Amino acid sequence: MYVAVKGGEAAIDNAHRLLAETRRGDPSVPDLGVAQIREQMRLLVDRVMTEGSLYDPDLAALALKQARGDVVEAVFLVRAYRTTLPRLGATEALDTGAMTLARRISATFKDLPGGQVLGPTFDYTHRLVDFSLAEGAAPAPAAEAEPDEAACPRVTDLLGQAGLLEPSPPDVGAPIGDLTREPVDYPADRALRLQALARGDEGFLLALGYSTQRGYGRTHPFVGEIRVGAVALAFTPEELGFPVSLGTVEMTECQMINQFQGHGAVPPQFTRGYGLVFGQGERKAMAMALVDRSLRAAELGEAVVVPAQDQEFVLAHCDSLQATGFVEHMKLPHYVDFQAELDLVRRLRAEHAARAAVPEEAEPQESQPQEFEEPTRREAAE
Amino acid sequence: MPSASQTPPDPGTPDVSARQIAMARAGMATCDELREALARAGAGLAAENLRPPETGLVMVRGRIGGDGRPFNAGEATVTRAAVRLPGGETGFAYHLGRDRARARLAAILDAHWQRPEARPAIEAALAAIAERRAAAAARAARKVAATRVNFFTLARGED
Repeated sequence: MYVAVKGGEAAIDNAHRLLAETRRGDPSVPDLGVAQIREQMRLLVDRVMTEGSLYDPDLAALALKQARGDVVEAVFLVRAYRTTLPRLGATEALDTGAMTLARRISATFKDLPGGQVLGPTFDYTHRLVDFSLAEGAAPAPAAEAEPDEAACPRVTDLLGQAGLLEPSPPDVGAPIGDLTREPVDYPADRALRLQALARGDEGFLLALGYSTQRGYGRTHPFVGEIRVGAVALAFTPEELGFPVSLGTVEMTECQMINQFQGHGAVPPQFTRGYGLVFGQGERKAMAMALVDRSLRAAELGEAVVVPAQDQEFVLAHCDSLQATGFVEHMKLPHYVDFQAELDLVRRLRAEHAARAAVPEEAEPQESQPQEFEEPTRREAAE
Repeated sequence: MPSASQTPPDPGTPDVSARQIAMARAGMATCDELREALARAGAGLAAENLRPPETGLVMVRGRIGGDGRPFNAGEATVTRAAVRLPGGETGFAYHLGRDRARARLAAILDAHWQRPEARPAIEAALAAIAERRAAAAARAARKVAATRVNFFTLARGED
């Protein structure tokens, strides 16, 4: 338990001044521009936007500069900033089928309408460090080719037509839960779970998704489709009464399709997990889709036995900001709390020593482990 | 980029769909391009704020599975402006990001667009802006197209 302390103002001020100077690094090295971070550390910016749950590349880049590149600290800054802004409303639901594609791949269908484009990807690179970048070498210009004007429908829309794939849950106009407005009630519906997963920590969700692949709640996943690109956002202002274009956002969508045996009246078919994140975030979108499917265990009549199937475990622990808040608060002074523990251990040691001094014929339950009681917490102003 | 030309013209309300296209194009423009468009229409910058330019949040809605029930995917910063011209026309702008000056210029442009005598020049300027954006988008699409891939499955020996 944390009890407030006071004092230390001068030291704290000076620590923050030192932080500012340290953040700048060696002054003989040019200062890093926010635009440079936005353009050249784009995947890091995308991660901060996704986990900060706020699309604003310049803001995320500035937060990264201020946070010295610490993702969770940058997420903290972005989340704090958003609390200062009024909510103007919600966009029309976006259409990823109309995305201007920068990348589109499928691991399940070789020949899909509209074709596959690799786009800017690390896939198939040799992961050799390129020392020419250290010299500031400019890249060769990208190759160009005539674009195929064919439509690129979502792969899941095609397979779904044959009944082999479960359809998406229909839009029945039900209220859409928003965890930024109300605390999460369990069980949470899929829409609310997806909101939490979309802003969840990439590392945590990656590990959970990995656990499902390794056997902790197997879902036999395949990547139906990953698409990355620009999606138009539309918003209907009250004073106008018709939708206006807000502009476009870069997004990554992952459609995971999973083996399913069927149950009861439901014939065997493929089920689905869904991932949608800001920017180019394929790893996160894939992990999100794996965990989304895993969290549907109860709905699909599967036993809920592993962490990735337990929605309260996943949703309550996937937020990097909440997690770091509780872990890192341990650094703050806990003097009063610890003093109570110290008193308790001293008393227990005294009792232990007293018992040891008693001759051997003492009662037999002596050998049982000593219960370590929760100490009575003392609250004090200082 | 959202091509404004993708917005289907609504025969019932031609003015609304034309205004939507104009507003979308103004949303792609830089401050300099907006000032230039106003100058070409002989329109001044004089306007009264109905609401001072303001940055806020919109919740971005996705759909489960891409086409299903909506869910809240995350927020985005949006800046809006609302102005009234000395002649009484009101103009609005809603743009992603935090550029208040740009939103206010776009709102002024939206207001002038409603003046029949200014509309042709504004639409011509906006069309030129949309053309520049389309050229950049086409170049980007050509680079993506060069990464089109055809994977071949190698038959196993026994097949």
